[in-house]
Amino acid sequence: MENSQCEHCPCPDRRGFLKKLACHVIGGIITLVPFAAGLAVWLDPARRKSQTGGQLVRVATLNALPDDGVPRKFAVLASRVDAWNKSPETAVGAVYLRREKGGQPRAFNVVCPHAGCFVDFMDARNCYLCPCHNSTFALDGKINDAKSPSPRGLDELQVEVKNDGEVWVKFQNFRAGTTEKIPA
Amino acid sequence: MKKVAALYDWLDSRTGCKKLLHESLYENVPGGSRWRYVWGSTLTFAFMVQVITGIFLWMAYAPSSQTAWESVYYIQHEMWGGWLLRGIHHFTAQAMTVLLVLHLMQVVVDGAYKAPREINFFFGMLLLLLVLGLSLTGYLLPWDQKGYWATKVATNIMAITPFVGPELQKIVIGGTDYGHHTLTRFFALHAGVLPGLVILLIVGHVYLFRKHGLTAAQPKAKPDCAFWPDQVLKDVVACLAVLAAVIFFIVQRRLFGGGDLGAPLGAPADPSESFSAARPEWYFLFLFQFLKVEWLIKLFGHQGELVGAIIIPSVVLGLLFAMPFIGKWKLGHRFNLGLLGIILISATLLTVQAVREDLHKPEYLASVKQAEQESKRVVELARTRGIPITGAVELLRTDPVIQGPKLFAKNCASCHRYEGHNGLGLAVNDAQSAPDLKGFGSREWAAAFLDPKRIASSNFFGGTKFADGKMVRFVRKDATNFTPEQVQQITAALAAEAQLPALVEADKRDAVLIDAGRTFMTSDTARCTECHQFRKKDEDATAPDLTGYGSREWLIGIISNPKHERFYGKRNDRMPAFSDDKILDARSIELLADWLRGQP
Repeated sequence: MENSQCEHCPCPDRRGFLKKLACHVIGGIITLVPFAAGLAVWLDPARRKSQTGGQLVRVATLNALPDDGVPRKFAVLASRVDAWNKSPETAVGAVYLRREKGGQPRAFNVVCPHAGCFVDFMDARNCYLCPCHNSTFALDGKINDAKSPSPRGLDELQVEVKNDGEVWVKFQNFRAGTTEKIPA
Repeated sequence: MKKVAALYDWLDSRTGCKKLLHESLYENVPGGSRWRYVWGSTLTFAFMVQVITGIFLWMAYAPSSQTAWESVYYIQHEMWGGWLLRGIHHFTAQAMTVLLVLHLMQVVVDGAYKAPREINFFFGMLLLLLVLGLSLTGYLLPWDQKGYWATKVATNIMAITPFVGPELQKIVIGGTDYGHHTLTRFFALHAGVLPGLVILLIVGHVYLFRKHGLTAAQPKAKPDCAFWPDQVLKDVVACLAVLAAVIFFIVQRRLFGGGDLGAPLGAPADPSESFSAARPEWYFLFLFQFLKVEWLIKLFGHQGELVGAIIIPSVVLGLLFAMPFIGKWKLGHRFNLGLLGIILISATLLTVQAVREDLHKPEYLASVKQAEQESKRVVELARTRGIPITGAVELLRTDPVIQGPKLFAKNCASCHRYEGHNGLGLAVNDAQSAPDLKGFGSREWAAAFLDPKRIASSNFFGGTKFADGKMVRFVRKDATNFTPEQVQQITAALAAEAQLPALVEADKRDAVLIDAGRTFMTSDTARCTECHQFRKKDEDATAPDLTGYGSREWLIGIISNPKHERFYGKRNDRMPAFSDDKILDARSIELLADWLRGQP
C-alpha cells in the first residue's frame, strides 16, 4: 500500500526521508516542551532544604519536668514554612525529656530510628517501645534488645537550660534506617 | 536493530499494533495533503498538551478557598518553571477555543457535516461545548478576584434557569455561596469528568472520521496521497506554530512592558471586595456584552436576561446542531454558511464593543490598575512575610498600602484629596474643602505650609474655616520676614517630628539643622509656641500640638478625635472624630495613618 501510494506522489526517496525526519524532530519538540515544563515543576522539591536543621526551640520549663528520672513527652512547636504557608507556632515534632535528681535534662527525638514511628515510654517495663516493629530502648536511649530491628539507639538532642529554668532543645530529625546519625 | 525488530514482531503478534499503526499512518488523503486539514490534529495536540501540563499542575494545586490562590501563587512564583507550565496551560486553553472555531468553519465550509457524517458532527459540537466547559471551570481555579467574580456572574445567571435554577446553582457551586466545595466541584469537573468525556468523544470522533474518510475540498488539487508523511508534516508544523504562538503569549508581557512571565494571576479572591473589572475570558465576552444589548432589555423587560443568557444561546446552539438536517434542503448549505457567518460576525462585533466600552470607562480602568497593584503587592507580601494559614487575602486586608487608599476614598475624600484624586486615582465630584494630604508631614509639606502663596490655596487651608485664620495671616505677614535659612530650619525640624520612614536618612544627616530649627521655632522671632505646644508642656496652647507632628501616634490621635484639646479643640472645622464617633475601628485608623506616612 505504501508503494502504491508513492507511485502517485511526486516524492523522491530523499525528499521523503527529509519529510519523515522533520516529522520526528518537530513532533519530538512539541511533545517535549510541555513535558519538560511539567517535569521542572515536579522536580522542584528536590532543591528544597530541611527546615528543622537544629533550630533551638523552647520545649518546657524545669518546673514541668520532675527530677524522678521518668521521661516525659513534650510537643515541639516552632515556626514553619510549608510551601506557601508560614506558621508562627506549629507542631514540628516531639521529644522525650528526662531528668535525674540534680542532673541536666536529656532529650531524645521520639522518632524510632528504624522506620520512623513514634516510640512510647512504657512505665511498667521502664523502657521505650516502638509500636511498629517492637524495637526497645533503655532510658538512656541505647538499644537494649539484641533482636531490636532498629539500627541505632534513640537520637539524642542537645539541651540548653537558660533564662531561669527554660529547657531549650536543638530540634532535629535524622535519617531512618542507618546506623549513623545523619541529619535528615 | 534486529532485536528491536524481533521485539516489535513479538508485540505485533500479541497486539496487532503494526496493522493499527499502518492504518493510522496510511489513511488515504483524497486530493493530497492540504493545510486546511490540519485543524483536527492541532486540536488533538492542544488537548494532549493540556493533559500533560494539567496533570503536573494538579500535583501542586490545592483546591480550597484558603489554598487555591496560594498554591497557584507558589507554582507561578516559587517553583522551578512554574510560570512556563502555567503559561502553557493557560494560553493553550485559549488557543483551543480559536482552533475549535477554525475547525468548525472548515467543517461547515467543506460541507463535512453532511450525511453520513451527522453523528460525527454532533460529536464535534459536543466537544466544543465540553472545551468551553473546561475553560469556564478552569477560570475559577486560581481563585483570584477576576476568576472569582466573573464565574460568580456565570453561576448567578444559571440561577435564572426556569423551574430548577436556584437548586441547580446550589448543586453546581456546592452550597449556598462560594467556598471550599465550589472549588472541589469545579476542580473535579475540570480535571476529571470533562477531560474524561473529551477523551471518549475524541476517540469516537476520530473513529467516525476514519470510517467515513476525509471530506476532500473540491476540486481536488492533486492526486490522492497517504497521511504519512506529507499530511503529518503539515500537521506537526501547524502544531509547532500553535506552540510558538502560546510561547509568544507567555513571554509577551515581559517583552513589551516588563510584566510577569506566563499567565496572569490577580489578587486573591475577597468576597468583601467586589471587583468592578471582573470580566469573563475574552472568548465569552460576546455573551457578556449580549446581555447588555438594549433591544433585548426593552423587548423583554426583566425577562431580558433569561432570553439573552439562556433562550437565544440555546436556540442558536440548536440551529448549529441541526446543520446536517438543514443541509439536506436545496439552499441548506448556503443557509448554514450564512448562519455561521452571522454568529461569528456578531460575536466579533460584540467582543469589540465590549472591549471598547471598557477602554472608555474610567472606573473600569481604575479598577484594572488597582487590581494590578494589588496582585503585585500581594506577591511582594507573600514573598517577604509568607502566607498565614488564613490565606493570602489576610495579607491584603492588613496592608496599609492597599487598605489606606480605600479607607481614604470612603472616609476622607469628600473634603480632602490625595495628590488631587480620591486616593484610588479617581476624581471626586464634591469641591475640595480640606488639605491635600499627599506627603503629609514631609519637608515639602512643611515648606508649602510656610509659603504665603500656598497656605490659603485649596490644597491647604483654602477650603476650610481657617482660610483667613491666625495661621494664614501669620504666614502671609510675619513669616515673610524669615530668611531662607530659617525657613529651611523650621521645615527640617517640623518634618523631623513626623519620623517618616522616607526621612530616616535625611533626619540623621541633618541633625544640626534640625536642632537649629527646634531652637528657632521656640524663639520670639518664629513665635510658633505662642499658639502651638512644642516639645514642652503648654497649658495655654490654642493650636494643634507640634510635638510629634505627623508621627504615627499624632496622626492616629487627630483622626480619632480632632476635637481633642491637643489638636483643634473646640475650633475644629468639620472633621469627624473617627474613633470617638465610632465611624472607624482602631485597626482602620492605624492603616490610614500608616498609609499617609508611607509606611509599608
